[in-house]
Amino acid sequence: MDKQGSDRHLYEVLVEVRHKEKIADPEGNTIKKALSALGYDRVSRVSVGKAIRVQISADNETEALNQVDKMTQRLLANPVLENYSISVEESNSHA
Amino acid sequence: MPNLIGIVVFPGTNCEFDVAEAVEAVGGNYRFIFHLDKELSDIDAVVIAGGFAHGDYLRPGAIARFSPIMESIEKFAEDGRPVIGICNGFQVLTEAGLLPGALQKNSNLTFLCEPTVLNIETNETPFTSKLSPGSKVKLFINHFSGNYTCNDQTLQELKSNNQIVLTYLNNPNGSTQNIAGICNATRNVVGLMPHPERAIDELLGSDDGLKFFKSLINL
Repeated sequence: MDKQGSDRHLYEVLVEVRHKEKIADPEGNTIKKALSALGYDRVSRVSVGKAIRVQISADNETEALNQVDKMTQRLLANPVLENYSISVEESNSHA
Repeated sequence: MPNLIGIVVFPGTNCEFDVAEAVEAVGGNYRFIFHLDKELSDIDAVVIAGGFAHGDYLRPGAIARFSPIMESIEKFAEDGRPVIGICNGFQVLTEAGLLPGALQKNSNLTFLCEPTVLNIETNETPFTSKLSPGSKVKLFINHFSGNYTCNDQTLQELKSNNQIVLTYLNNPNGSTQNIAGICNATRNVVGLMPHPERAIDELLGSDDGLKFFKSLINL
């Protein structure tokens, strides 16, 4: 850790990456068909994306979210195909 | 002297020897370039070969795009020198922002490995200069994420700048406007999903791929 002994916290940040509305989701559509074959005929949409959990140390929650937002824009999501949302799942003080 | 072709190899690349064979078949020379290298000063044209760079983790090309060699390739491309991405190489070039759009999963969610007929849309690129616009070629596709996708503005730009290089006759993967290959606005960066390096002998079912490599060798 780069700032040991400071009041940094450890955050678990969840990045959810999903297809944009206009982008075909063949996997989601196939699962939807399988669900309807099982009798779940009220399911109107199934969308398959990715959940990426990032553990990161930061001074506060805002900084943790900003860092993960930057890395998501650079690497974790492709802006042509995907949207994303970011949320903090957990935070723990450094021991 | 024929051009020296630099063939980029990431962990997981698996078409580098086919590309090397194709370059030799038309009388060219090549050198493999490992993704941790940065040196391109002796190279006349770069080919990013197909495969599954870095296991296709996250998205095809997403990790490869940050390999050390990519910084050199970006400069090489900025200087107007030829950069060709085949299949996974095309995916790397879109992830790197050297070509617009993206390749998403095939619309039928099936890995496609089959011959396909393509229309040559332009010969104004370093990889198609010896082909005639409107002519047809038979090449092989071998991909899961070959469905070319872009927004309406990008599509308009591709059309108005004549940047669509190859189109499928029988769109096998759901690509926007049957697009199988494109180039950048300055025409020196070309990406395509089909594999010309696998079509270099009638014994393999087609030798239509030779003309692509002849184009690249004799710039």
